[in-house]
Formats: sequence, structure tokens, C-alpha cells
Amino acid sequence: MKLITAIIKPQKLDAVKEALVSAGITGMTVSEAKGFGRQLGLTEVYRGAAYKVDLIPKIRLEVVVSSKIADKAIKVIADAARTGSIGDGKVWSTSVDSVIRVRTGESGEEAI
Amino acid sequence: MTEIVLNTGDTAWVLASTALVLLMTPGLALFYGGMVRAKSVLNMMLMSMVTIGIVSVLWVIYGFKLAFGYEANSQWYGEFSLSGLGSAVNELTNNGGDYPIPLLAFAAFQLMFAIITPALISGAIADRTKFTAWAVFVTIWVTVVYFPVAHWVFAFGNKVGDTVTGAGFLAARGVQDFAGGTAVHINAGAAGLAMAIILGRRVGWRRESMRPHSLPLVLIGAGLLWFGWFGFNAGSALGANGTAALALLNTQVATAAAALGWLLVEKIRDGHPTSLGVASGAVAGLVAITPACAFVAPWAAVMIGLIAGILCALAVGLKYLFNFDDSLDVVGVHLVGGLWGCLSLGFFGSSAINSLGLDGLFYGGGATLLGKQAFGAFFVLAYSFIVTLIIGFAIDKTMGLRVKEEAEVSGIDYDQHAETGYELTTSSRGGFSS
Repeated sequence: MKLITAIIKPQKLDAVKEALVSAGITGMTVSEAKGFGRQLGLTEVYRGAAYKVDLIPKIRLEVVVSSKIADKAIKVIADAARTGSIGDGKVWSTSVDSVIRVRTGESGEEAI
Repeated sequence: MTEIVLNTGDTAWVLASTALVLLMTPGLALFYGGMVRAKSVLNMMLMSMVTIGIVSVLWVIYGFKLAFGYEANSQWYGEFSLSGLGSAVNELTNNGGDYPIPLLAFAAFQLMFAIITPALISGAIADRTKFTAWAVFVTIWVTVVYFPVAHWVFAFGNKVGDTVTGAGFLAARGVQDFAGGTAVHINAGAAGLAMAIILGRRVGWRRESMRPHSLPLVLIGAGLLWFGWFGFNAGSALGANGTAALALLNTQVATAAAALGWLLVEKIRDGHPTSLGVASGAVAGLVAITPACAFVAPWAAVMIGLIAGILCALAVGLKYLFNFDDSLDVVGVHLVGGLWGCLSLGFFGSSAINSLGLDGLFYGGGATLLGKQAFGAFFVLAYSFIVTLIIGFAIDKTMGLRVKEEAEVSGIDYDQHAETGYELTTSSRGGFSS
């Protein structure tokens, strides 16, 4: 089993969610996050003064999938989240040892 | 000599104006409260609210007499005595002449000016001032700065026949300030500058943008200030008459023009007209027209407002140039706007508009009025700045002015008041019953 974590632009959340569901991957956890990548944020002007803003609002999307479909899921997310401009984000996966579904007590891939 | 009889129309207008001017201070609390970050909204608003409490009490004890007493016959202060308002219930107002309104109506109206002036200073010291230190500061500052300066500017003395006793220093010299450009706005702006310097910059200043947490609150506050300001300016006629109507109309058009001027600067310079800009522009216009509102023609009020909006939009950048953290632009709006408003009379003043006024440069009056206005403006600026520096320094060295750094970073609201402005959570904070 794999935990896929995606950092994406907030306005791309709906597109990514729909693409995953269309690909048969259900269930996800979404949280609001802030961060920066290689270009170290951007400069904004407010009330006549310029500020370097490096913690840009992002969405962190987490989904646990079977190892067999992990690569497909990563590609679905990356394709849906892409705008082609700076700040599109990252997607990565890590191994998951165990999962249990709280209501039924099912475990392993059954619980996903 | 005919006896002066109370005029119910005049009295009704001054009483209504008194309530309008009071509303400006809660309006200011919203204006300032929306501009700070969410973690310090309550402290910001409470600084205004506690000022209403402190100054009102001081006013009935001794403040009114210190500002408007005339028996000491001093141009620098009123009287060192109790206000004694209880024994003045049947007296009418005499301030450089008779007004057919109760003395108590005048006393209550002037109290509202004494409240908002120190409250204005709080914008310069946002997010970092110990609340008890603020309360002590307000008590000392109104006593040694506001009450005497109000005497200089607003006390025209007790006039019986041709004899005037106890007229204020600037009033007697013919400095024109209809509703408080010097005593209120330059005074508060200079004090704000002094306090911002004494307190030092906030943690993260210039590094973080410290955007306003609620611009809708700022706009509600600006709206209430605008509304209340009709009492401030038109009420200063102390009667329901043509002067009040002129002041009211000029207040409206100057404010409107200033809001447009500020937006114009933002659109040209930054590309975005902002809601903070329209609110700040309106206040800048209100400030600038305050001293001039009863002495200029409406077209001149539009010019004064438009220039105020443009000038103040540029002046709020001064703090970055000189590195002082005047958090909510008390200097850029009130000091600069107040200075412009006072000096503007030297150009636009017209004796045809108001027979009590003098002609400015544009009406063939030469530079005499401009010279008087500059003298009055800079005299108040210097006094307020220097005395506020001394008060601020003394409080800082004794009880301390500033909260601990960790309290400032985590939020002054919870540290000083054990409250937070917004509890927007559905999850438990945890804990056990005890």
C-alpha cells in the first residue's frame, strides 16, 4: 500500500478530485497548507510597500491506494493539477505498513 | 442689553451632534480593529473603548475646567479647579460670545472631542502596547496635552461686552481651526509619531506584510466615522444655522473627493484600487476639511479633499523611509492630513463665505492667514511631539510600555485580555472538568 501526498494549487483541487474519482480511486484527505518550492515565493505590493511572500497557500491532498495502482494515481493527479506555470506543486508516495477501517475493523487492502 | 434665551433648535442640533461625535470612537475602534491582524483585534478596539471611560470621568472631575475655564484668565490653560458641572445646570454657553445653548450641552459636545483625540493615537502603537500602560498614558496625556491644547484652540474666552477673559493662545492670535485640525488631528498625529518611536517596531515589521484581517470591519468603521463627522464639523457651529449647513456640505464633498484621490494614486501606482485605500482616503478627507469646513466654498472643499487624498496616500510611505512603525498610519493620515487642512485655509479661506474668516492667498488676502495657520499647526505639532516623547519615555522606564515578545507574536489579545476575537472552530480545546 502506498500513501500518495500531493501539494497542488488550491484552484486545481476540484479537477484533481474529479480525475481521481473518474479513475476509480475513492477517498481522500485534504488540508490547507502553505509552503514554497524552488523559486522561493513571490513579491507582492500592498499599500505602496513591496513584500517578499514565501509561504504561498497550497492544498495538501493525501490518498492511500493499493501498490498496484499507485503509479497510475500519481499520473492522474499530476495531469489534473498541471497548469504549466510556476508553483504547480509536487506529488510523491511513501509505503504504508498497515491500515484499519474504524467502523468494520477490516484491515490491509480491504480497508482502503 | 437683551437677555439671551435658550434656543431649542440650536440645542437640539448640538445634543444630536454630541451623540454623533461619540459614535466616531466606536467607529474608530472598528476602523482600526479591522486593520490589525486577527490576533490583536480586541486589544485594538479596547484601546478606544477604555479611552471613552477614562476621559469621560476625568472630564467631569477637572477636564472641562482645565480646557474651558476662564477665571484664571490664562491663554495656556483654563482653570485648576473641579469642573463643577452640577452647579451649571441653568447656565448658557459663552465661548467668545453668547450661544443660546446650555453650558452642559457644550461641555458634553467638547467631551467627545477629548475622547477621540487620544483614541486616534492608538493606531500608531498597534499589536504591542501593554493595556495598563495605555490606560496610564491616556490619563496623563489628556491632562497635560489635550486639555491645555484644547484651551489654546477652542477656548475663545468669556466675552461680556467687549471684555474677553481666558481666551486660548492660538484662538486669540486668530489661528483658524473650525473643528480641530490642530487640537485633534495634528495633536494626535504628532503624539502617534512620538509613541511609535518610543515603542519601537513590531516583530516582523517590513518582513511580513501584516495585512488587515477584516476589511469589511474597516469599511464599517470608516462609514461610522464619516457619519459621525457631520456632528464633529457641523456641530462645531454650536447652532442649527447656515454655518452648520456649510460645514456639513463641505465635509461631504471633501471626503468624497479624498476617497477618489486615494484610489487614483493606488490605481496608477500599484494597479489596484483597494478597499483599505477608499477607507483611508475618506478619513484623510475628513481630517483635512475639519479645520476649514466653515471657512471655504464647496469647490474649495473638493480641492482640499482631493489633494488630501493624494497627499496622504503618498505620505503613508514615509514610515518606510524613516523606519518607524506607525502601524495604522496615524502620521500619514492625521498628521499630514491635519497639516494640509490647516494650511489649506491660508489659500482657500474666504471672508465672503464666512464673515468671521479671513481671505487666503487665492482671495487676495496675501500670506497673513497662511502664516498664522502655519504657526498654529507647527506650534501644536512641536508641543504634542515633545511632551508625548517625555510621557512615553517615563512610562516605559517605570511600568514598561510593551508586552513581552512572545505575547506579541502569539497574540496580544489572549495575553492581555484572555480573549480571542474569533473562535471559529468546531473541535474541542480539550481539558477535564474540575
